[in-house]
Amino acid sequence: MPTGIAGFDQITAGGLPRGRTTLVCGGAGCGKTLFGIEFLVNGARQYKEPGVFLAFEETADELTENVASLGFELGELIEREMIFVDFVKIDRSEIQEAGDYDLEGLFVRLGHAIDSVNAKRVVLDTLEALFAGFEDEALLRSELRRLFRWLKDRGVTAVITGEQGEGTLTRYGLEEYVSDCVVALDNRVVDQVSTRRMRIVKYRGSAHGANEYPFLIDEDGFSVLPVTSLGLDYDVSTDRVPTGVSALDDMLDGGGYFRGSSILVSGTAGTGKSSLAGLFSDASCRRKERVLYFALEESGAQVCRNMRSIGLDLEGWQKKGLLKIRAARPTVFGLEMHLVTIHKAIEEFEPRAVVIDPISSLITAGNAGEVKSMLVRLFDYLKMKHITCLVSSLTSSTGFEETEIGISSLIDTWFQVRDIEIGGERTRGLYLVKSRGMGHSNQVREFVITSHGVDLVPVAVGPQGVLTGSARVHQELEQRAEAIARHQEIERKQRTLHRKSRVLDNQIEAMRAELAAEEDEHRSLVTELEEREHRIAESRAKLAENRAATRTRAARKA
Amino acid sequence: MSTTRKASSGSRKAADAASSEYLLRLYVAGQTPKSVAAFANLKQICETHLKGRYRIEVVDLLQNPALARGDQILALPAVVRQLPPPVKKIIGDFSNAERVLVGLDLRPLKKPRSA
Repeated sequence: MPTGIAGFDQITAGGLPRGRTTLVCGGAGCGKTLFGIEFLVNGARQYKEPGVFLAFEETADELTENVASLGFELGELIEREMIFVDFVKIDRSEIQEAGDYDLEGLFVRLGHAIDSVNAKRVVLDTLEALFAGFEDEALLRSELRRLFRWLKDRGVTAVITGEQGEGTLTRYGLEEYVSDCVVALDNRVVDQVSTRRMRIVKYRGSAHGANEYPFLIDEDGFSVLPVTSLGLDYDVSTDRVPTGVSALDDMLDGGGYFRGSSILVSGTAGTGKSSLAGLFSDASCRRKERVLYFALEESGAQVCRNMRSIGLDLEGWQKKGLLKIRAARPTVFGLEMHLVTIHKAIEEFEPRAVVIDPISSLITAGNAGEVKSMLVRLFDYLKMKHITCLVSSLTSSTGFEETEIGISSLIDTWFQVRDIEIGGERTRGLYLVKSRGMGHSNQVREFVITSHGVDLVPVAVGPQGVLTGSARVHQELEQRAEAIARHQEIERKQRTLHRKSRVLDNQIEAMRAELAAEEDEHRSLVTELEEREHRIAESRAKLAENRAATRTRAARKA
Repeated sequence: MSTTRKASSGSRKAADAASSEYLLRLYVAGQTPKSVAAFANLKQICETHLKGRYRIEVVDLLQNPALARGDQILALPAVVRQLPPPVKKIIGDFSNAERVLVGLDLRPLKKPRSA
């Protein structure tokens, strides 16, 4: 049977066992009565099931008054005969016992109450008051056993409350009569921080979560958050959400963060982590996507003022209802409570993006292990809801690659912002440690915060290493001067070369001319010689004709 | 047992400090042996100690369950001394006459405990 208590029906897979009795036990002030009241009020309002509240400790008026602050209009429900409240006053001093008796009167009253509103739900708060009112405990116990059987026979779903005893669930051992369902409430104080927790001790015939679940009592009453019952089976999105800094988008494969991913910005003090968070919030609001900003170290007004200095109007977004800043010191309550309040705020506001600034301060509300487990659950929850989450974390100046809380493995995209001290200046360098599922830049960028926002400038890399700030500007100037000088040098060299080649060309020309002259001379010489040989040959022929005898002799010889 | 009224106003002793009339309301749930015994025991005690100046009203809660609320009845049988004030409540089958008398303020308390 659904209780209508937020979260409780989830962890019990449907609520309390119908037609059975449930024992709700816990120490003083842990919310037992409230649990009962909510069970009835929700039953009456949401499920149209009338209920009976048998109060042993408070009168109907007191009860109505006490729960009025939680928004339960008990008086109205009583008038509409949806809830019947009967105050059972037990005052031992007024009663004299003289002989045998039984508690039939209680049965009669309860029966009458149930009949008068046709109740399906019954709350007895708290039966243990009976033990103070009557001497005969043995009789009381047998009557209680009879009462539980009677309730079962009537078919009503009952909640009885019991005060926690020492080492037992209830002071008078009520749990031994209730075999179906036992819920233990707890309000623990660790390091002066109190956390309410609930545990289903026993639930016959139901697969219930066995963990302790933190719960919250606030202006809306009781809410249990099954924050431990999440798995890793969420869908993922390939949508991108811009970071608010276009240069940063470029570093992230040009798109920005994945929707529903978790982003960590870590860095030492004053490195601009909050500015990145602010820019991201601003960018989301510009896309008309709601952002929930948890400020754990500053007030909402302070966040707005500080962001104004970099040109962001967060107040305007707040007025438009796109941004909600919830500021709370981590120490105001325990970690679990933080988780629960964050959950609740998310359920109410339904943001598309969540900013927590900074998570490292949560460490003051718990130890590192607890913080990690809380964040695991928080990130799981956010991922399930496809809410992009940007958290910042303050790191000590030594351990750069290690966040204090050791949550880096939970993070999809991790930026490191670090101080770079060069030439008497402190500047900021930003680089991506990792970004799952996208090709991303591996370069260090200088992170420049101006009154218009944030810009990322590629850093200069000189012989001395990475240069930022004035050193970078100086380096750039120097490089430019050097470049000009180099350019001039080249031009000069080119001119020289040009000149040289012209000289050589001239020389070549002259030599060619010389050669040509020599060739000419040579040619004329050759012709002359040929002519001379020709003439010699002619003259020889003539000589031979003249000497014919000589010729015949010569022929004979051949 | 239906609601009956037994009035017996006889001779009043002016000297008696508790001379006022006693109005006793007996709550029972049905005519069980216990309720019958309770009525008989109560009547006997009254006859002995309050002869002539008491009245017993019997309320059967099975017939008028709503009446249990007014006198904050839980245990049964129970008798409520409506008059004289203050209201006194005694539960049981009244087999212990001593305690009934203490409860009705008819006898000074011997034990330090109890009202």
